[in-house]
Amino acid sequence: MDYRSPIGKALGLGSAKAGTSHWWMQRITAVALIPLSFWVIKFFALTLNAPYQQTIAWLISPVNTLAIVAWVLAVFYHSALGLQVVIEDYVAAEGAKIISIWAVNLVFLFLALAALIAVFRIILIG
Amino acid sequence: MAEFTLPKNSLVTEGKTFKAPAGATNIRRFEVYRWDPDSGKNPRLDIYELDMDSCGPMVLDALFKIKNEIDSTLTFRRSCREGVCGSCAMTINGRNTLACTKAINDYTDTVRIYPLPHMQVIKDLVPDLSHFFAQYASIKPWIETLTPPPADSERLQSREDRAKLDGLYDCIMCACCSTSCPSYWWNSERYLGPAVLLQAYRWLVDSRDENTGARLDELEDPFKLYRCHTIMNCTDTCPKGLNPAKAIAETKKLLLQRQQG
Repeated sequence: MDYRSPIGKALGLGSAKAGTSHWWMQRITAVALIPLSFWVIKFFALTLNAPYQQTIAWLISPVNTLAIVAWVLAVFYHSALGLQVVIEDYVAAEGAKIISIWAVNLVFLFLALAALIAVFRIILIG
Repeated sequence: MAEFTLPKNSLVTEGKTFKAPAGATNIRRFEVYRWDPDSGKNPRLDIYELDMDSCGPMVLDALFKIKNEIDSTLTFRRSCREGVCGSCAMTINGRNTLACTKAINDYTDTVRIYPLPHMQVIKDLVPDLSHFFAQYASIKPWIETLTPPPADSERLQSREDRAKLDGLYDCIMCACCSTSCPSYWWNSERYLGPAVLLQAYRWLVDSRDENTGARLDELEDPFKLYRCHTIMNCTDTCPKGLNPAKAIAETKKLLLQRQQG
């Protein structure tokens, strides 16, 4: 039996005084990904169709490197923010919620690092 | 983890059928959710065939006809019967609305009536709104000022500032919007829901209120406010034609303005 008053339950632990930055960064990265995705489509087209040297030559161009690195940062940040919202929506158990959010954050952090290392290896080593 | 099993008393069983009186020519079929907490049984869907020639035009009139003439055990909330009190909010043919302002003739066939979705049911069409109104109280829906009231007049407001409250003060807290919101279904313990957030915004934009910052502090929370994913069911279902989704978006803009503007 729960004897807490309705207002006590509604007030709960109070406000976290956070959330605006999370929400705003999700929008910022979403908008940034619209133009950046054109570079990624081009890059995928090259990797599937063009010879290796031509793909490398395209990626080494500073503007293309910048766009691909920016896409990698934006897409993994956006994914982590978005999946956190999904987990908060659907996972009710507090322990499972926090563990899943941090598992997701770490997975995307490692994926982003792996992608960045790959890009710089290609640029520097070829 | 997420819950995939239905809670107790979720399965609705077949109920009784009440045939129309002999000789009735203009018959409409109503299917009404019935649940008696004392019976220990699952809810059932009772079928009432009503003679429309002796029934008022609104869904609430049909419920009155059932209660007065056919089955007095039917329980529902109602008061003003003109869309002002918000008591008779229920799900009619899959959409939350007020039974008193919804015409039966807006539907062509069977009218199916359920209590507001995803709320604990007290009996039949009466949901438990204790938490909903506690959440309303939690946003302090009253004016908060530092300035003492003027000795010889009201607190004045320009016509332009008063106009900002249009579409907000009209909310009757019927809970149609909040109970239509999937985010509110999954996280109502913490998410305030569209109705309460619209009321919170009503006090944020009131030019006479002097506690805007503290109000924003209280709202800035991943659950209280940011569970709104702009699904828009609230605006779609509001029987008063209001736009809670816009009020929530404006609240987010105020928070962003405070942080970065």
